[in-house]
Amino acid sequence: MAATEHAPVAAAPGAAPARRPSRLFRNISAKIASIPMVMIALVIFVGCTLWTVLYSFTKSGMLPRLQFVGLDQYDRLWSTAKWWVSIQNLAIYGVLSMILTMVLGFFLATLLDRKVRGEDVFRTIFLYPFALSFIVTGLAWQWILNPEHGIQGVVRSMGWESFAFDPLNNRDIVIYGILIAGIWQGTGLVMCIMLAGLRGIDEDIWKAARVDGIATWKTYTHVIIPMMRPVFVTTLVLVASGIIKLYDLVVAQTGGGPGGASEVPAKYVYDSMFGAQNLGQGFAASAMMLLTVVIILIPWAYLEFGGKKRG
Amino acid sequence: MAEPATLGAVAAVDAVKERTGGVGYLEGPRGGRPRRFLTTHNVVLYGTLLIVSAYFLLPLWVMLVTSFKTMDEIRMGNIFAPPTEFTVFPWIKAWSQACTGINCDGLSRGFWNSVYILVPSVVVSIAVASVSGYTLANWRFKGSEAIFTILIMGAFIPYQVMIYPISILLGKIGLFGSLWGLVLVHTIFGMPLNVLLFRNYFSSVPEELFKAARVDGAGFWGIFFRIMLPMSLPIFVVSMIIQITGIWNDFLFGVIYTSNERYPMTVQLNNIVNSVQGVKEYNVNMAATLLTGLVPLTVYFASGKLFVRGIAAGAVKG
Amino acid sequence: MKLTTSLLGATALCAMAATAAQAVELEVTHWWTSGGEANAVSKLADAWNATGNTWVDGAIAGGGDTARPIMISRILGGDPMDAFQFNHGRQAEELIEAGLLLDLTDVAEAQGWKDLVNPSSLLDACTYEGRIYCAPINIHSWQWMWLNNKVYTDLGLAVPTNWQEFVDTADEVRAAGKVPLAMGGQPWQQAGAFTVMSVALAGQDIYLAVNRDKDEAVAAGPEYAAVFEAAAQAREFAQGSNVQDWNQATNMVITGAAGAQIMGDWAQGEFALANMTAGTDYSCLPGLGVNQVLDAGGDAFYFPKQDDPEIEAAQKELAALLLAPETQVAFNAAKGSLPVRGDVDLGTVNDCTKKGLDLLAAGNVLPAGTTLLSPDTNQQVNDLMTEFWTTDMSAADAQARYADIIANAD
Repeated sequence: MAATEHAPVAAAPGAAPARRPSRLFRNISAKIASIPMVMIALVIFVGCTLWTVLYSFTKSGMLPRLQFVGLDQYDRLWSTAKWWVSIQNLAIYGVLSMILTMVLGFFLATLLDRKVRGEDVFRTIFLYPFALSFIVTGLAWQWILNPEHGIQGVVRSMGWESFAFDPLNNRDIVIYGILIAGIWQGTGLVMCIMLAGLRGIDEDIWKAARVDGIATWKTYTHVIIPMMRPVFVTTLVLVASGIIKLYDLVVAQTGGGPGGASEVPAKYVYDSMFGAQNLGQGFAASAMMLLTVVIILIPWAYLEFGGKKRG
Repeated sequence: MAEPATLGAVAAVDAVKERTGGVGYLEGPRGGRPRRFLTTHNVVLYGTLLIVSAYFLLPLWVMLVTSFKTMDEIRMGNIFAPPTEFTVFPWIKAWSQACTGINCDGLSRGFWNSVYILVPSVVVSIAVASVSGYTLANWRFKGSEAIFTILIMGAFIPYQVMIYPISILLGKIGLFGSLWGLVLVHTIFGMPLNVLLFRNYFSSVPEELFKAARVDGAGFWGIFFRIMLPMSLPIFVVSMIIQITGIWNDFLFGVIYTSNERYPMTVQLNNIVNSVQGVKEYNVNMAATLLTGLVPLTVYFASGKLFVRGIAAGAVKG
Repeated sequence: MKLTTSLLGATALCAMAATAAQAVELEVTHWWTSGGEANAVSKLADAWNATGNTWVDGAIAGGGDTARPIMISRILGGDPMDAFQFNHGRQAEELIEAGLLLDLTDVAEAQGWKDLVNPSSLLDACTYEGRIYCAPINIHSWQWMWLNNKVYTDLGLAVPTNWQEFVDTADEVRAAGKVPLAMGGQPWQQAGAFTVMSVALAGQDIYLAVNRDKDEAVAAGPEYAAVFEAAAQAREFAQGSNVQDWNQATNMVITGAAGAQIMGDWAQGEFALANMTAGTDYSCLPGLGVNQVLDAGGDAFYFPKQDDPEIEAAQKELAALLLAPETQVAFNAAKGSLPVRGDVDLGTVNDCTKKGLDLLAAGNVLPAGTTLLSPDTNQQVNDLMTEFWTTDMSAADAQARYADIIANAD
């Protein structure tokens, strides 16, 4: 739906017919309105990223310092066990969180879309975790998963003596304990966005599908989901950006433990920058994270925008 | 189908109606078809919703009961059990007595500061993001897609990394420590996701609508205010939910880019929950978190009506 | 300014700076946020407010990790606070080197800090090119083991008075269903316990050779091998703790679920709140009863440079006030820490604080780890220790990695 195809209407300067208005002035309101966005994108996001990458080649400690050391910080980064553990954890958490949040969110949205009684109540129940600060939700889940006072303790006291459910003290599965809390926190918003998307779909489509005799679940998979593509892209970005930035929940629930088994990259960055007072190292880690994002996003951007323009 | 007049005439001489005074069977029953509530469909639907709700409500339950217990009971007892000695003291302490350094007036100290920060930040960030999304969807220009991709990448930058460069920038333009500096920061970090939301939503508005409006002579702002806004209430609600939650719960920006007197409520919350030494009063911590979460929660509940199906449908069909 | 120096000289130890031209507001940032800490800070604020100036309080919980981003951002943004708290040590090193902090040497000389402050490492940590940049305010030490007397007497055992006795009785304590050594899950606790053990079991000189001189040969040597073995043993004893925070571990000792905990002297506050008496209900072993040395950690105040001479004068006045005897007594009594001045009397203190004071007076003090190692090295040690504590890493492997870290320490 590009407006650039149309002849300039109201935006053209009132010129004599002989002079063609320059392309710069076409849609000038739009261009002026987009100045904040362009400034933010270029000055802040690009600018700060370049600044970060620049200083990742320095030996900055607590304050940024232009003392170049080449690839030293990267060398150290890739030989630190903590960093490897973080990446692994993020991969596991990322894949599972993405799948489970999207599936559960979509599923709940479809349920609520059906003119359910008490929709307000249910929607608030699924969404409220998003309102609470990570600090105490991490603590609450830490307690729920506590072996003596939480679920394991309660189930054992009810008779099942050998019931074991102690993810937070087990190095191998602690990331799943964090996953439980993460999904709890994030599904509500995904559900909300999907619900808004579902609500935007014309009733007539449903009626037509019913008239044609298509089964409900088929309507979802073959008709509705393809129509909701932009919504899915939005939630994908939402969930993915939340995954990469995962920090507060880990700090609150396990503090990175036990023994560093639940470290994540964002925490590595924060700890390096402010705990170890080693900005250079923190920036190197961020640069690696950004590189990964760029590698994934560039092909997507090319697919989305490079080919034929779609509305 | 018989004409209403004819029907009425027939009903007028309806024998049943004359005898009983009720509605004649020629007119048929009124109202919707009565349905049984406990159909299999409903049982499965509500059953699933209830089970999932239990998973979501569990931590809230733990937080609530803990916030009404005394510390002794917490040390001894089961975290799921309701309080045996019910007390509202933790709530009172969290709101008005918890200490933040030498100021022992709890969360109330920061409440109005949070509001003062919240309102302009939400308004500005949503305004800028919605207009930007609209521009990207309907008024593309050369390079706009590249800008959009940059914004999306911006969503993936951990914000701790940006703190120092932004501090330097704000210092240079003289906004460091002022309210508008903080509003700017919130707008910046709200851009990626909200622009994405709005752009995708506006993209899904049928092109005919837009073309028709342009033929009618409407310009950039005209179309935005008269066509796009009225039909995008649900997406504004979602964006508002995201922004209000993010800005209300924000701690790091609120503490770095303001001054002492303007510290938001989250600073007191952090001080209550994260004190390095001293006794951890879990009941007060839980009460404090619930109190802090009340504002976003109220917003969520109140946003219900705006999700009703038909707002978008009506405008599109017409 | 000459005027400032003579003003300071005139006011000496008394906080009556009525000669100050106008009342100045100083914004002070610290992380003392809980009830007890708030009480201690209020003593400082009261003393300052009594001079006619104003203390504007900016408390942010979470320790240095939360405070540092705030501080640096404000400095970079051109709006630093007037005073802030850090732990003793090298955390502010870079700020000093960058010339961002106020030089307090003239205050130190006027007040005679070099002679009064004990141990001198407190000032050494913030001395750069001969100039002093901080006002130390208290001393907290890590080298303590806290024991629940009842746990031992119930089993018919004598309460251990040193590490060896503790090790000998650990099995019996375990057999009685209790955890011999309570340990929280956070890295700083595990690393802290290791440091305590290394001072106690390897001795001062070896400890200093590694931490101060960064001698990796010693770190890889037999004395430290013994320490790592003992740490592996302690790891055994700590199995079953399953708690995160330090005070949850202390709580295990208080309730008798655990026999002992290695923790700093701030743990006393917990015992006091539980109405337990030192000596009767709980015992304390400085230096694990083996090597009775304390490390002098604690807090100090630093003052960012402001371009306003009036504020600078007020900052120097505050610095002097923080080490004044009355302030030292009031603050440390409320906080449960030890004063930096050797010449003040805290009044009635319990057994354990008394032990600490005696050790201080006798000069059995060590510089704290934060004073000797950079924050980066400290964090690497923390990471190593927390991994060691939660896996079955062998003592030898841990020692090899530790020696590596020391070799690369700056």
